[in-house]
Amino acid sequence: MTTTSAPTTPAPEVTKATSPLTRFRVPGGFALGAVLLLGIAPLALTDFRLALLAKYLCWAMVAVGVSLAWGRGGLLVLGQGVFFGLGGYAMAMHLKLADAADTGIPGALPDFMQLYGTGEALPWWWKPFGNPAFALAATVLLPMAVAAVLGFFVFRRRVRGAYFAILSQALAAALAIWLVGQQATTGGTNGLTDFQGFFGYDLDDPANQRTVYFVIAVSLLLLMAAARQLFVSRYGELLIAVRDSEERVRFLGYDPANVKLVAYVVAAGMAGLAGALFVPAVGIISPALIGVVPSIGFVIGAAVGGRASLVGAVLGAIAVAWAQSTLSDAFPGAWTYLQGLLFVVAVGFLPGGLASLGAVIRRNRIRTRSGEAA
Amino acid sequence: MSGLSITRRGLLTAASAVGASAALSACGAKTGSGTSSDAAGATADTSGSTVKIGLLNSLSGTMAISEVTVHNALLLAVKEINAAGGVLGKKLKAVSQDGASDWPTFAEKAESLIKEDKVAATFGCWTSASRKAVKPVFEKYKSPLFYPVQYEGLEQSPYIFYIGATTNQQIVPALDYLKKQGLTRLYLVGSDYVFPRTANKIIKAYAKANGMTVVGEDYAPLGSTEFSTIVNEVKGSGADAVFNTLNGDSNVAFFKEYKSAGLTAKSMPVLSVSIAEEEVASIGTQYLEDQLTAWNYYETTPGAANEKFVKAYQAEYGAKKPTSDPMEAAYISVYLWKAMVEKAGSFDVAKVKAAADGITFDAPEGKVTVDGATQHVYKTARIGKIGSDGLITEVWNSGKPVKPDPYLKGYDWASGLS
Repeated sequence: MTTTSAPTTPAPEVTKATSPLTRFRVPGGFALGAVLLLGIAPLALTDFRLALLAKYLCWAMVAVGVSLAWGRGGLLVLGQGVFFGLGGYAMAMHLKLADAADTGIPGALPDFMQLYGTGEALPWWWKPFGNPAFALAATVLLPMAVAAVLGFFVFRRRVRGAYFAILSQALAAALAIWLVGQQATTGGTNGLTDFQGFFGYDLDDPANQRTVYFVIAVSLLLLMAAARQLFVSRYGELLIAVRDSEERVRFLGYDPANVKLVAYVVAAGMAGLAGALFVPAVGIISPALIGVVPSIGFVIGAAVGGRASLVGAVLGAIAVAWAQSTLSDAFPGAWTYLQGLLFVVAVGFLPGGLASLGAVIRRNRIRTRSGEAA
Repeated sequence: MSGLSITRRGLLTAASAVGASAALSACGAKTGSGTSSDAAGATADTSGSTVKIGLLNSLSGTMAISEVTVHNALLLAVKEINAAGGVLGKKLKAVSQDGASDWPTFAEKAESLIKEDKVAATFGCWTSASRKAVKPVFEKYKSPLFYPVQYEGLEQSPYIFYIGATTNQQIVPALDYLKKQGLTRLYLVGSDYVFPRTANKIIKAYAKANGMTVVGEDYAPLGSTEFSTIVNEVKGSGADAVFNTLNGDSNVAFFKEYKSAGLTAKSMPVLSVSIAEEEVASIGTQYLEDQLTAWNYYETTPGAANEKFVKAYQAEYGAKKPTSDPMEAAYISVYLWKAMVEKAGSFDVAKVKAAADGITFDAPEGKVTVDGATQHVYKTARIGKIGSDGLITEVWNSGKPVKPDPYLKGYDWASGLS
C-alpha cells in the first residue's frame, strides 16, 4: 500500500526572518510524519498493532488541542474528557442507530435500549443522530458549542488558574455521573459498544479497520497543520501574550477573554473529533473514558512531551499511551505510579517537557523566545 | 498575514492530497454483505506441545482487590490440570493480561490474547461493563470467553460461557426466601451501574406479582462513601428488609452508617448479593454479623470437592485466605472447558461449543451441569448468614441445581422485562 505522496514543500515564509534550518524544519517534519504514519506504519505493523496505534493517535489529537489551550494559552484544561465524550457519544449514537436500522425491523431500537430501557420509543434527543450529516457535524460542533457557552461565562468573569482547572474537572465528573445515571438512554456504565458498521462499512473487516486508521492519521496531520498555523499567526502571539501577561494585553486594548475563548473552543473541537474517531477505532465509548482520571490522562502526555511544542505534545501523548499498554503487561499496578511520577517530574523539573530537554541543557532558548513574543 | 496564508495553503493542499489517496486506497466489505474477510484468521494455535489460554483480569485499579483472587483461582486450576497431565496430552500455558479496571483496556487485551498469543480460550472479566466491552471482540474472532461472576442476565453471546449465576439462580431465589420469611416490604439500595439497576427492575416486577412492596429505591455512585441520607430514609421507610446491590467500598460506608443508625439484622435484615467472604473481611464482621447473602457457593459449603479446593487454595496462597463464589466459579470454569475439549477431542472452538451441552463437574459448590442452549450452568442457589468469624453459613438452599434462565422466560411476572 504505497499511498504516500510526500507533500511538496512550497518555500514557506514563516512570520519573521528565520534561519534556513527552521525554514525547512516545519514542512520537512510534517512530511516525515506523513510518511511514517501513512506509509511505514501500515506496512510495518500487524492489524492488531495498527489498531492500537489508531487509538494512540486519537489521544494525540486531543493533545494537539491541549498544546494550544494549555501550552500556548496557559489554560490548564483538565476537563477535555467532556468534549472527547460529547464527540464520542455523538458518533456512537449514530452508529447504534444505523446498526438498529440495519436489522431491517422498522422502528428498531439500539440493542441496549431494548435491554435496559423502557423499550418503547426512541428519546427525542436521540432522533437527529440518525442522520449521518447531523451526527458528523455534531461530533465537532457540539463540543465547540458547549465550550463556547462555558468559556464565555468563565473567561468573562476572569476565572483562571487553579479555579479554571477545578471547574473543568467538575464538569468532567458531572457529565460522567450523569451518563451513568441515564442507563436506559445512554447505556450507563457500560457505555455504548458493539458497533457493527461504520457508515455502511462492516467494522469487522480488517480492510475497513485500516481505512479507519488512515482517516485518523490524516485527521491528526490536518489538526497539527491547523494548530501550527494558529501558533505562528498573529493570534498565536496574542495567545502567548495573554498567557504571560494578561493585564498588559488588556491595557493594550485587546480583550483577553475572547483570545482565550478561541483557544478553548478550538481545543474542544479537536477533542470532539478525536472522540468521534476513537469510537470506530476502539469500538467503545463509556463514562470511564471521559471522567476525571482520563481527563488528567489527556494532559499528562502533553505535559511529558512538552505542552508548548506541538510535536512534543503529540509524541508525548503517543509515547505515554504506548508505555501504558506495554508496561502494564509487565508490571500491572506499577503503571499508575509511574504515570504520576512522570507528571510530577515533567511539571516540576522540566516544564517544557521532553521537547525542551535539549534546550534546557543549552540553558536559554525557551525563555528568550517567549520574551521576544510578548 | 499574507506570508502565513501561503504556508497554510501549501500544508493543507499537501495534507488533503495525502488524505484523499489514503481514503481511496482501501475499501472493505459493506455491512450485511456477509463477505467480511476472515476476521477469524486469528485461530488458536494448538499445534505445539503446550496450549495457551488467556487469563483476563484487572490486576490493577479499583477492581484489582476482587479480580486478583479470581486470577489466583484460575492459576490454581491450571496448575492442578497440568500436574494431572494437561488437556488432551498438552500442558496449559496461562497468559495473564491486566484489564486495569478499564473497559477499553479489556477490549484491547482480549484482542491481544486472541491475535498475538493465539489462545485457545480466555477466562476472566468481572464487571458487566468489561464483559460488554469484550463481547464484540470474542464474537468477531469466534474465540470463547469463560465468565465467572454472577450477573444481571439478559445476555446470551454465542462465544461466552456464563459460569456465574444468572438472575434466576441468585436474585429470584433470594426474593423467594425473603417472601417465605414474611419480609415483604423491601428497600432497594444499589450502586449506580448496570447490575443493580437491572436487578432492581427484576425485583420490582417480582414484588408486584408476589404481593410484596418496594418502599424505596436508591442508587449511590460507584465508590461513594456518603450514606447518611440513604440510611436515614431506609430507617424511616418502615421496610422489613433491605435488598443490597452495592458494590465494593460503598458497602463499608453503608454498613457502618447502618449500624450507627441503630439498625440491626434483627430489626431490619440486609440481604446482599455482592458481599462474599473476601468482602466480609474488609468491611468488618462487627458490622455484618447475622446479615444475609445470596450466592451459589460459600467457603463452608460441605463436600469433599470443596474441602480439597479450600485446602489447595490456602496451601498455594496462604492459610488465612478465604475462598468465595466468583473464585470457585473461575476455578471450575477451567475444568469445564477441559471437559468440553476432551469430549470434543479437539481444541476447535466450534467442536468445543457443540460438546458443551450436558458436561458435568463435581464442583466445590456441588454438581454443576452445562446447559448447551444458553451456555450457562445449572447451579444450586444458597442463602447464607454472615457469622462473627467472617465465614458465611448456609441457612437455605434450592435443594437441587436450578436451570439457568437468563431471560426469565419461565416466569410470567417477568414477561415485560426483555
